[in-house]
Amino acid sequence: MNYVALKMLFGDRAKYLMLLSGLTFAVMLIVQQGSIFWGLMTWTQSSISNSNAPIWVTDPGIAQVDEVKPIADTAVDRVRSVPGVEWAVPLYKGLLRARLSNGDYHQITLTGLESSTLIGRPAEVLEGRFEDVLQPDAVVLDQWAVERMGGPNVIKIGTVFELNDKLARVVAIAKTQKSFTNIPVVYTTYERAISYVPRERRTLSYVLAKAKDGVPVAEVTTRIHEQTGLGAFTAEAFGWKTFMWVLKNTGIGINFGTTIVLGFIVGMAISGQTFYLFTVENLRQFGALKAMGASTFTLARMILLQAFTVGLTGYGVGIGLASAFGFFAAGSGGLPFVETWQLLFIVLVALLAICTFSALISIVKLARLEPAIVFRGA
Amino acid sequence: MDHPTELQTQPAAVRVRGIVKSFGTGDTKVTVLRGIDLDIYLGEMLLLVGESGGGKTTLLSAIAGILDIDEGNIDVLGVPLSDLPAGKRTTFRGQTMGFIYQQFNLLPALTAAENVAVPLLIQKIGRSEALRRARAMLDRVGLGDRTEFLPKNLSGGQQQRVAIARALVNEPRLLICDEPTAALDGPNGQKIMELLREVGRAPDRCVVIVTHDSRIFHFGDRMANLTDGRIVGIESITREGTA
Repeated sequence: MNYVALKMLFGDRAKYLMLLSGLTFAVMLIVQQGSIFWGLMTWTQSSISNSNAPIWVTDPGIAQVDEVKPIADTAVDRVRSVPGVEWAVPLYKGLLRARLSNGDYHQITLTGLESSTLIGRPAEVLEGRFEDVLQPDAVVLDQWAVERMGGPNVIKIGTVFELNDKLARVVAIAKTQKSFTNIPVVYTTYERAISYVPRERRTLSYVLAKAKDGVPVAEVTTRIHEQTGLGAFTAEAFGWKTFMWVLKNTGIGINFGTTIVLGFIVGMAISGQTFYLFTVENLRQFGALKAMGASTFTLARMILLQAFTVGLTGYGVGIGLASAFGFFAAGSGGLPFVETWQLLFIVLVALLAICTFSALISIVKLARLEPAIVFRGA
Repeated sequence: MDHPTELQTQPAAVRVRGIVKSFGTGDTKVTVLRGIDLDIYLGEMLLLVGESGGGKTTLLSAIAGILDIDEGNIDVLGVPLSDLPAGKRTTFRGQTMGFIYQQFNLLPALTAAENVAVPLLIQKIGRSEALRRARAMLDRVGLGDRTEFLPKNLSGGQQQRVAIARALVNEPRLLICDEPTAALDGPNGQKIMELLREVGRAPDRCVVIVTHDSRIFHFGDRMANLTDGRIVGIESITREGTA
């Protein structure tokens, strides 16, 4: 009877397309909004992911990566002395204003890397050589800085600008993940970064570290915390801490959550109602099948097959459309869009819930159906 | 009144005794069947006639086991239908009965052959075998060249032929027909009844037809008249007219 169920479903093309549209819309909305949300959340951790360091040592009261609480310079050596630590280097991170030669001001995030290793640098360079940052007054910009500070005609290799009245010369453009705030990032050496910023008692923002091979990273972070009293996190844990902070302290979770829930409700309402109407309009046919000996169980199976067929088709089409959006609108990294398997799995579960709900209300109707309905004229 | 025929020397295939059926409750309660007794024999075609609201369709539904009765007994082919649980009754119905409806009730998305194959698919017969048998049955009702047509591309008479083929494809012992000619014009109605007599009537099958259409009365073997929930007369019919 599966064959009959599918022919019934596809035979009423208008209803089928309406059902498919409802479910496709719901899936697309949830996946698209979910992916943008996740993309934005990924951007909140871009300072962490762009640095490629496995361990972050921070002030013990740190809330998130962009809320820098400077620690004592001695922290680097203290971390190096913890058993299981292979290396530890300082990192400066702070906000500053850049003044371009055309008179424009731009707020930037200044990142100072340890000069001997340049640990914390982005993995990819689009133009120039990152190592040239060791030259006098040299800085490296991320590609978003080029975009935000006036475009490639204004910012290019060799461009000179001022940071706190001191000269900065662009020697390379690095490829990075965009940040949540989209503030341009300027990389230089740790020592030069300190020279750019106004004098403070404490200048060390973070210590980046790595565990020795064979020593669990989580164990090393625990040791660092216990022996130094500083905060110590794996990159993933620090990322989650930042993620949760943004979720709790901004309206982003509520905003996206509302859209996603609305997509779910609208999808459920449209498909539930259309599917129910589809069943009601075929009631006489179902009654005829019941009279001919089809059990309620057989009819329920037919309804479920119809619901899941249209549901899974809608799932595929919806994900396809959301992915196409992601590919075309966010492919360059300019828009946040991260489609994870976890999101797709959650949407699949939500969709199956919509289909089951839609099928159940129709099955209840069918279970109560008196096959004698078929003997009533017109 | 009823005249004995040679068929009535054997036990009745359908035995209805004292059935009562009401709808609604309290002041709105309407008793539609008021103690019906009726025997239907294998090999005969019985017409249920009578005025509208007389209970013909209700009786037909009760005989088919798709409507629960309040009182009385219905035995079909020796099985006490009214005592069977709903699930077994459905299975029994699928195995022993065929249905022809006033509005045909063909599935619009299925071709003629697929529609005819539905009762076989319900009986879990494989699709290719079901379709083979369905095409053979359509050939018997004169639609061998229309097997792949959708119902919307068939005339009313052709659709009813498909419905007849569907009703007969699983070789039922009891054929239930509800106003099979009501949606057809006179000539088509006559053709359908001729077809029903030719391919529907069989020695090991009884055919029950509810009808208003006096133009087809002569196709039956007997005619039971229902008025106000009671059978007020049963007549045997000769091919030339009423006996």
